Amino acid sequence: MQTLRIICPNGHLGFAPLRTESFQLGVSAAPDYIAADSGSDDVGPVPLGSDTSTSPLAWQRHDLEQMLLASRKLGVPMIIGSAGDTGSNSRVDLYVAIIRELAAQHGLKKFRLGWFYSEVDKAYLRRRMQAGEIVQGLDGYADLVESELDATDRIVAMAGVHPYVELLRRGADVIIGGRSSDAALFAAAALHHGFPADTAYYLGKVLECASFCAEPYGGKETVLGVVSHDDVKVTAMLPAQRCTVASVAGHAMYERSNPYEELFAGGRLEMTECRYEQVDERTTRVTGSRFVPSPRIRVKLEGSGKVGERFVGMCGIRDPYTIAHVDEVIDWARTQVRARFGDGGYELHYKVYGRDGVMGDLEPLRDRPGHELFILVQGVAPTREMAEELTLTGVRQMFYARLPDVKGTAGSVSFPLDEVLPASAAYRWTLNHTLAVDDGLELFPLHTADVGP
Amino acid sequence: MSTDTLSALAKTIRSKNAGVNKITFDIIFRDRENYERVKRSRVLTRASVAALYRIPPERISDFVEYDPAYAIKFTIYRLTPSGSAGDGDIFGAQQYAPLLDLAVPA
Repeated sequence: MQTLRIICPNGHLGFAPLRTESFQLGVSAAPDYIAADSGSDDVGPVPLGSDTSTSPLAWQRHDLEQMLLASRKLGVPMIIGSAGDTGSNSRVDLYVAIIRELAAQHGLKKFRLGWFYSEVDKAYLRRRMQAGEIVQGLDGYADLVESELDATDRIVAMAGVHPYVELLRRGADVIIGGRSSDAALFAAAALHHGFPADTAYYLGKVLECASFCAEPYGGKETVLGVVSHDDVKVTAMLPAQRCTVASVAGHAMYERSNPYEELFAGGRLEMTECRYEQVDERTTRVTGSRFVPSPRIRVKLEGSGKVGERFVGMCGIRDPYTIAHVDEVIDWARTQVRARFGDGGYELHYKVYGRDGVMGDLEPLRDRPGHELFILVQGVAPTREMAEELTLTGVRQMFYARLPDVKGTAGSVSFPLDEVLPASAAYRWTLNHTLAVDDGLELFPLHTADVGP
Repeated sequence: MSTDTLSALAKTIRSKNAGVNKITFDIIFRDRENYERVKRSRVLTRASVAALYRIPPERISDFVEYDPAYAIKFTIYRLTPSGSAGDGDIFGAQQYAPLLDLAVPA
């Protein structure tokens, strides 16, 4: 095999539906694989902690159906990573069930379905820690301590290529993966067919976000990657998009602090010596990427822990004197909350839109608020009852704030709704760590089953 | 050449999460000329960015001039991880606005 061709229709399957025109063009371009990742930690800690998807079932099903039908028609494998936004076990089971339903609904001929799980048992991790293993913190996180593990509801490990390569070796035609490095599912296909890690991992890197490596900007469009033993070529499938030197080189730095390297379970991709050439109007060729294996595999762990139940409330301010003294209004309300609930055991957050609601401490124009403000209040507490009363107190007492020189004495704020609304429970990222393993398959139990008649 | 704003010279100015505890900023130019001009101007440095966002320089984890894409990028630590209650920008996607009007000398 001289080259391997993979299409990717979506950088985060389910988050928004894939665009069918460019996908069908991609399917006509004779791919050897159809692959997409379905997860991201961008969506915050709530989906992982509460074991839900942030993507609607209809969009997940839409993309899985498009990809499955194309994969079975062409007779080429389909690979999905990080099922259902988080890659938790329930999300893998959900996607496996959807694949089975689609197969029955469309009367598809027999194929082999492979899947693997990514959740890490807290008891297992605790044993490793008690045996002296250091669970190393990433990006400013301290090494894991048991109290943070206690505060965690769910943990997923981020798979590298290993479970994908093994499932392909076992003959899987369709793979549903737990949490994974986006790039790993593409790299695994190339490695399975004997292509070198140097180009295989770069292929994954450039395909992982689908059309984000093309211009002009337009998400959810299909791109085609072709890997050989010494280069990677990437082509936009939508006629209006092009993969240019600038768009492909630019993609290497997207969502990464370092554009020259990326870490995986088992090594790092180095892009320092990458050379980019335009080979036709819509295709860029990349050479010089290098994969450096690490002496021991370290797997990234993501964990989310519940902080409490949450309600939100909102109000507005138009009086210029009150706007200038909005912090005193908030202080007044906080004081009333403390009088009722004490100093701790809850969280109360005020976001002042029109001043610094979007940027918070990073806002340079904090001292130049607009002529009206909108204030979002979030209250977090152990029970729903307390969260509701806490938030209601935090919002309604703003109405009664006492400012010495205010002209309007009937109420300090406006209410679009005189109520507070239930929101998702509050979670936080408790784990952003790595754990050493002896084998890249260690945390990822594999399964296969034949589907269809 | 006269003074121009960064937004007039750059093709893309964006911010986005880089993992759960950092936000990364990309300023990408269409051509080498504008890229080199901004690099030469020293309008974008670790120190200038820290001053603009009023943060201590140690909150900037990386500052990179990335020649292959004609891009300057820097990354800052969040004070609390993304999506914690009270976070106003879960994706980190709306933190770039103060860069738009930076004045770049000729």
